[in-house]
Amino acid sequence: MAIALRGVSGHAPAMVWHRDTALPEGLDLVVLPGGFSYGDYLRCGAMAAHAPIMAAIRDFAARGGHILGVCNGFQILTETQLLPGALLRNAALRFLSQDCWLRVERNDTPFTRHWAKGDVYRTPMAHGDGNYIAEAETIRMLEDTGRVAFRYVAENGRLDAGDPQLNPNGSMNAIAGVFSENLRICGMMPHPEDLVDPLMGGEDGKPLFTGLVEALVG
Amino acid sequence: MSAKAQRTVDEALAREFGLTAEEYGNVLSIMGRTPSFTELGIFSVMWSEHCSYKSSRAYLKTLPTTAPWVIHGPGENAGVVDIGNGLAAIFKMESHNHPSFIEPYQGAATGVGGILRDVFTMGARPVANLNALRFGDPNNPQTRRIVDGVVRGVGGYGNCVGVPTVGGEINFHPAYDGNPLVNAMTVGVARQDRIFLSAAAGVGNPVIYVGSRTGRDGIHGATMSSSEFDEDALAKRPTVQVGDPFVEKLLIEACLELMATDAIVAIQDMGAAGLTSSAVEMAGKGGVGIDLDLDNVPQRERGMTAYEMMLSESQERMLIVLRPDRTEQARAIFDKWELDFAVIGHLTDTGNIVIRHKGAVEAEIPLAPLADQAPVYHRPTAPAQKPQPMEPIIDPVGVEQALIRLIGCPDLASRAWVYNQYDSTVGGQTVRRPGAADAAIIKVEDTEIGLALTTDCTPRYCRANAKLGGAQAVAEAWRNITATGARPLAVTDNLNFGSPEKPEVMGQFVDAIAGMGEACRALDFPVVSGNVSLYNETRAPDGTSQSILPTPAIGGLGVLENVRQAVGLEMPEGCDVMLLGETKGQLGQSIWLREILGAQDGEPPELDLAAERRNGDFVRGLILDGTIVACHDVADGGVLVAVTEMVMAGQAGCVLDAPQSGMRPEAFWFGEDQSRYIVAVRDGQALATLAAKAGVPCRRLGRSGGEGLTLPSGSTISKARLLAVHSEFFPRLMDR
Repeated sequence: MAIALRGVSGHAPAMVWHRDTALPEGLDLVVLPGGFSYGDYLRCGAMAAHAPIMAAIRDFAARGGHILGVCNGFQILTETQLLPGALLRNAALRFLSQDCWLRVERNDTPFTRHWAKGDVYRTPMAHGDGNYIAEAETIRMLEDTGRVAFRYVAENGRLDAGDPQLNPNGSMNAIAGVFSENLRICGMMPHPEDLVDPLMGGEDGKPLFTGLVEALVG
Repeated sequence: MSAKAQRTVDEALAREFGLTAEEYGNVLSIMGRTPSFTELGIFSVMWSEHCSYKSSRAYLKTLPTTAPWVIHGPGENAGVVDIGNGLAAIFKMESHNHPSFIEPYQGAATGVGGILRDVFTMGARPVANLNALRFGDPNNPQTRRIVDGVVRGVGGYGNCVGVPTVGGEINFHPAYDGNPLVNAMTVGVARQDRIFLSAAAGVGNPVIYVGSRTGRDGIHGATMSSSEFDEDALAKRPTVQVGDPFVEKLLIEACLELMATDAIVAIQDMGAAGLTSSAVEMAGKGGVGIDLDLDNVPQRERGMTAYEMMLSESQERMLIVLRPDRTEQARAIFDKWELDFAVIGHLTDTGNIVIRHKGAVEAEIPLAPLADQAPVYHRPTAPAQKPQPMEPIIDPVGVEQALIRLIGCPDLASRAWVYNQYDSTVGGQTVRRPGAADAAIIKVEDTEIGLALTTDCTPRYCRANAKLGGAQAVAEAWRNITATGARPLAVTDNLNFGSPEKPEVMGQFVDAIAGMGEACRALDFPVVSGNVSLYNETRAPDGTSQSILPTPAIGGLGVLENVRQAVGLEMPEGCDVMLLGETKGQLGQSIWLREILGAQDGEPPELDLAAERRNGDFVRGLILDGTIVACHDVADGGVLVAVTEMVMAGQAGCVLDAPQSGMRPEAFWFGEDQSRYIVAVRDGQALATLAAKAGVPCRRLGRSGGEGLTLPSGSTISKARLLAVHSEFFPRLMDR
């Protein structure tokens, strides 16, 4: 993630230690990257949600700051309730590391502005617990208010949440990523940062980062 | 076993600990008295096959281990080679076979953890994991349980520590039914001026314990790995260690942070035989003594005895000798990463290891004889049984049917079900993922350097002819690296064999090493690290015991100055598809023979190491100058399987010409002649001219393009059908 941020923005991101209690001044964006915080031995992200730095991140969010959470970062954002829902074990009960296709559900956010609505892009996913779930009421609210960021689809954009080929982890409504109410927090399970360099197989994930740079810095 | 229950030390106890009467006699003469219970434990693990290499050491010494680019060969925790830019690649492969049968998940997981520690111990950040796995007959009900646990274990550990798992190999054979092989390889990168070794130095320097606490897990694991399984193998589950990959991740970061300072004098992980082997080896290599007070060892359980602490194989632990003035600086780093840090002793000038516990001296052993008088055996050898000669061949199915059966068979079917459970892209440096090229390609961060990584061995060749099989494993690793454009640098070996006490197994071992050595010398591809796993046997209830196929797994590493020059299997449209290397149509020991005729007969294909080198050097040069745009070596299943794999890996199909070979179609298409490559080039005629000049046999196979694979008969198999057949096996076996 740090490599992708540096590559796309030209600036090395400031790294913040989990036991710190304050964020650096003047941040454009806070990113909670992937990983296995505390080994994921408890519910994924549950321990990290109580890390000392999280209080400062909540404050940052409350002040309208922009936050991107990817994979374990998304799980932490749901555990802190900065984003709704939860991530269950994949429906196949196995860790899945493969490419998937994501459909962009709206493009009027800092995270998605460099795509068109309905664009489909390829991105690697690598997780054991990416099966998005929420109460029916919450799902309805997310759908009604346009807070679904990305969905797992076929390469041609076809949606079928019941097809494990297309919706590999079994997420409700094939949801791969969601926004906060103010559209300034985005969490997603797949890893767009792993596809920002043609050498590594493509630049399909790059628009997310170039869009953020343009919206928040430019 | 509590202190109270400790038994009288005598020859009978020594035998239970795995020492022979003669070895026990040596213990008595070294000690000049009857050893204590703890001392006997230390001797028994240090002189176990696993730690002492007593049956293999004399032969391992015959392998070539040097080259201008080798910085450290065998003898350190891992091998170290120069990859340019002042950087070094540090790598090793190691087995965790016995634990993986008893407890597949933890056995495989801790195998990954152990090999990671061997590499970061030397100062390298791990950048890639690979694994070579051998399982029993897919129809054996045990196999499914073992595959499931091993794959979950490899992924569970590697994914959590954040090191991409980028390659490996899998075979199935009934000879592995009761004894699967789990060989894990880690590759790391370090600055050449920041490589850390294990020889302790500086009398009075503190000895530091860091990492996880010590529990009672894995006691006598090294001894367990040095004997055959019997009917009660599963009762040995308590000797299997339990892994904690998150602590390993913390340990990697903390050690690398400490390594950026000048605090460390020597460092070694606690692997097999735990605290015993790390303390004995560090002090022994440095020619100093070591004094440990076990009261200070961080402990997970109450009431542990000195014996238990010295023999525990609890995971994620390291032993470090520090400069005395740096102890507090080091402590602060481990505090930051929330890891235990304890000063448990110091170096002395006595040349002895002294173990104190609760005010008593539990062990005092002179280190020099413990190492120097470790047993070395030249065990008797006997020639292995020769394979049956091949019967005259009648092809019962034809080329198209055979191809369909081959690409769906257990040894050739798609491994995607397996590698899709391993995170292969974490870290963002994976240039070619599993299945995309003959070797995985990893970029070295902040450079243009690429590393090409592979593991190879063809056990059925080794059983038929161990010497040729040993050479072939090395040659295939060299070939797979070459086929990406990389320059092969060095190998790590993982020699898995049956009981060395069986003369025919010992014969296989000696022959395989002879073949490996020949190939390593011919290809300038030295062995820089490795591991031996013997006693891979399963005892049946009737008392007979079956050895595994001889399996000298080779982990190869190569380097690309410019990673952008690497090629993979995927062919562009409109290329000439050419075959380089000589085709004689050798079907002995081939997959075709086994899958189509049910025979495992004949000699394996010949291996001409001069041709291997000539063909490979030719191919590599043309990859680097951009002439060859896709490349695949010809291996199991022969030419037609290789072309089909290229079609399945990309968008373009392939239209094949009829071979002008004068040999039977099945021999041409499925023969496993060595030292061959299939390449895609823009101008096949120009390639043929260059090949003729270089003395490399070259012939056109066809042209890339179209939707699927068009056979010389004119029949086209769609890519969708190929992929469906190819990807059926694993889900059908595992997800039912």
